Amino acid sequence: MSVNILDAIGGLPRPETDTVVEATAVEKWFGKLHVLKGVSLTVKRREVVVVIGASGSGKTTFIRCINHLEKIQKGRIFVNGHLIGYREESGKLVEDKERNIAKQRQEIGMVFQRFNLFPHMTVLDNITEAPMKVRGVPKDEAVTTGRALLARVGLSMKEAVYPSQLSGGQQQRVAIARALAMKPALLLFDEPTSALDPEMIGEVLDVMKELAIEGMTMIVVSHEMGFAREVADRVVMMDDGRIIEEGTPEHFFTAPQHERTKAFLSKIL
Amino acid sequence: MNLLPFVATANSSFQFDIGWFIHFVFPPSPALLGGLAITIYVAVIAQAVGVVLGVLSALAGMSRSRVLRGISGLYVWFFRGTPLLVQLFLVYFGTPYLFGGIDLFPNHVGLVGLDIKGAVLAGIVAFSVNEGAYMSEIVRAGILSIDPGQTEAAKSLGMTYRLTMMRIVLPQALRVIIPPLGNEFNNMLKTTSLLSVIAVEEIFRVAQAANSASFKTFEAFLGVALYYLALTTIWSAIQGVIERRLGVSQAGGQQASFWSRMFGFARRTTGTAEVEVPSSGGH
Repeated sequence: MSVNILDAIGGLPRPETDTVVEATAVEKWFGKLHVLKGVSLTVKRREVVVVIGASGSGKTTFIRCINHLEKIQKGRIFVNGHLIGYREESGKLVEDKERNIAKQRQEIGMVFQRFNLFPHMTVLDNITEAPMKVRGVPKDEAVTTGRALLARVGLSMKEAVYPSQLSGGQQQRVAIARALAMKPALLLFDEPTSALDPEMIGEVLDVMKELAIEGMTMIVVSHEMGFAREVADRVVMMDDGRIIEEGTPEHFFTAPQHERTKAFLSKIL
Repeated sequence: MNLLPFVATANSSFQFDIGWFIHFVFPPSPALLGGLAITIYVAVIAQAVGVVLGVLSALAGMSRSRVLRGISGLYVWFFRGTPLLVQLFLVYFGTPYLFGGIDLFPNHVGLVGLDIKGAVLAGIVAFSVNEGAYMSEIVRAGILSIDPGQTEAAKSLGMTYRLTMMRIVLPQALRVIIPPLGNEFNNMLKTTSLLSVIAVEEIFRVAQAANSASFKTFEAFLGVALYYLALTTIWSAIQGVIERRLGVSQAGGQQASFWSRMFGFARRTTGTAEVEVPSSGGH
């Protein structure tokens, strides 16, 4: 399989700080529903953190807050030392300008459960669009990078086709290449294999493992405990809007402490 | 001679003057050709401006700003809620009073390289603004039909709202917008006949004049009806081509083309690139 995916984008993107993500006491409400009840998480450079938890535990909402696809009501999230989505004005959070938020998101790649490729663009255009239009990369450079990325996720022959002609696993690999093309300091994965047929999960996990090995900083919401065991530095268990347990993958396989964790793991393992 | 005596008693002098009719319809008189030019000119410009206004109003209506949403709402509410004829009078006769009696629509105005009458300009303004209100709803529905995941993906790549709209959402929404847009333009071609009431010499006005001069009432109005029918038929053909180019029909499976619907012509196969544009990815 693919080796040195990150070579395609000139090596591991270097974050500005050693602590890539620092979330403190993040709280969020959807109307009256309190979905995040004080979530704190620190992710260092080159770290891979897998977030697990039952549906409704807030794990997806939490990573969507990290690139400000969701607003938060309390707490702070810093990525690369920059407060995400807000300005602080006399201790209060004021939502930042749309343009500034867009700028912050350039450093944070995201891979979605449903891929969300752009259906009106070819595979290669999907990958080159943001580097060209957002970062102002010249076309030939963007195309060279895009092709290199496609080669490394094993989809060189597919550059001219449209997403609907690809299998789910292929679409998700393109989505990963698209996110990488922006050379992000951090990659967020929101249940990247949950919408895939079982036989396609492996090809996507292989790409993710390779990225992990190459040092990409990643937060992965996933129940793929095999993936967690192989490459995660830390597993975080969320329940009812809180992180209830945190530790190495080994800890979760051998000695989970919390009753909810035990019950949850017994269902997915 | 007459097979329908009860009709004949009501209308005993009527005889369809086929010679006059043919002469009126073809070849068209210079007046009729001039009318045709005005009809098409007004319809095309008013529709184009209407589309721009519609996109702006739709975006304003979906924006986070309460003020913009309010303006868009009022605009659509007023122009969809009042008769177009009233709006035309309001623009042509009414608005000059707003500006202290300045002649907003003088006899000669330059617009897009042509010297036109002020009344034509007033018509373009009224039809554009009215059309914008209807297009606003059509564009809004088109934008709402796009999976929110598309916007999220664009945002997560660092695209601004503007870039997301221009590059990701609107191009996809276009496929949803094009069919009703074609319908709107069909309407617009016919709506231009309202200009006759403010003395613009478009084709309906020309037909009225021909009627006044000859009293060939049925022939004149049937003749002008044929002209409208020709315009809308040609437009349907053009629309069919546009829709196939954009692959609009793909969304609804194998749709019959205009030609096969109308005349039983075989559907031309489209190029692969068009066929392959999907309606939505990854679901």
